[in-house]
Amino acid sequence: MSRYFAPTTAAEAAALLAEHGGARVVAGGTDLVVAARGGKHRMPEVLIAIHGATDLASLVENEDGVRLGALTSHAWIERSPLIGSHWSALADASALVGSPATRANGTLGGNLMNASPAMDTGAPLLVFEADVELLSLRGTRTVPVADLLAGAGRTTAEPDELLTSVRLPDLPPATGSAYVRLEHRRAMEIAVVGAAALVTLGDDGRVADCRVALSAAAPTCVRAREAEDLLRGLRPDGASFRDAAALATGAVQPITDVRASARYRRAMISVVVSRALAVAAARAAGTDIAVPANRNLPTVTAGSTG
Amino acid sequence: MAMSSKQIVELNVNGIPHQLLVEPRKTLADVLRDDLGLTGTKLGCEHGVCGACTVLVDGRAIRACLMFAVQAQGPEITTVEGLASDGELDHIQKAFAENHGLQCGYCTPGMLMTAHAFLAENPEPTREQICEGMNGNLCRCTGYQNIIKSTAAAAKAAK
Repeated sequence: MSRYFAPTTAAEAAALLAEHGGARVVAGGTDLVVAARGGKHRMPEVLIAIHGATDLASLVENEDGVRLGALTSHAWIERSPLIGSHWSALADASALVGSPATRANGTLGGNLMNASPAMDTGAPLLVFEADVELLSLRGTRTVPVADLLAGAGRTTAEPDELLTSVRLPDLPPATGSAYVRLEHRRAMEIAVVGAAALVTLGDDGRVADCRVALSAAAPTCVRAREAEDLLRGLRPDGASFRDAAALATGAVQPITDVRASARYRRAMISVVVSRALAVAAARAAGTDIAVPANRNLPTVTAGSTG
Repeated sequence: MAMSSKQIVELNVNGIPHQLLVEPRKTLADVLRDDLGLTGTKLGCEHGVCGACTVLVDGRAIRACLMFAVQAQGPEITTVEGLASDGELDHIQKAFAENHGLQCGYCTPGMLMTAHAFLAENPEPTREQICEGMNGNLCRCTGYQNIIKSTAAAAKAAK
């Protein structure tokens, strides 16, 4: 790296990106520097550090939901009563990222643009049907997170586009969500597999709507729509969750790597989906399950049908 | 522009302003150690996992091996050298000394800085919260029990 810029506005950052082909954006540095050290990517020749662009750190609440600036840190999300109570799955996810130091520096925008299939915030953003705003000299465009994620480490953002914010749409009443992952240890860990679930309960107490998404199970975080379709209209109990979770396995193509074999991942996907659905449904019913759900799972009796 | 191009970086470390000519690719950890001679900040894994290089940037615990020095301009940086005043250890350092919170000592600066940020935010932690708050720092001697004990003692001493 031979050149470094520290723009103070998003517009200035977008202009720099347009001017310097091959430039990389850095926010917290928790992925970029690690990848360079590990030889995964070369250190870019031009680095555009956006931590000083204060307009990327904003929080806007309106009738459509909430818009989080790209620089919103995992530490902020983890502690935000607003996110914890309305978009719990995202708080569950941010609370599991790295260590306290990673969460203090690591950002939501960085997590998304790094586009790791194992990222913790991806599956929650998919179940919320969140979208992002991308800024370039050509203007601003809105892209659903589902369309942003293109592959392992790849997004559909153009090289000169800067992710400026993430919008979490408002949710209907009696809705709960959760993100759960399988992990070998509690700190500095990456998901073996993870699942986010969102459940809306109807007046009859049945599942009126639900969404399920997976992490570390395919080249990108993905929705498991067959599981969603099955669960709609059913009673929110252990048996329904297990049946739906079994279908989620169909949505994936897990890989074998240092953390787990493909076979093990495939087997564990239904476990995390079932857990995420149980927490999401409990939260939808008004039960308080603290963030992160992963560390506060309700006790499940073996063989219980809920 | 040549690869070795340097630029002026202004860092505020332990209350002292510094002007340095450094390459933009240099991490804060390397600049603290090599350019400022503050070798209290240790480098272990150099990719953000072990926590040995933890310093405070405006009170937040960050990995000095993952931050470029050019990115650290503006905020107040505190390293382990900035904890003692007039030769007197601060209450967290004392708690580690009194409770055998260190063995070889390599992880200790990072542990101390993490404990600072953690206790500032959570002055009366439970044991469980201490484990959670300190869990991003590795101790190669595996002296975790006494590190947890030291952090609890530091919280008590601050009251």
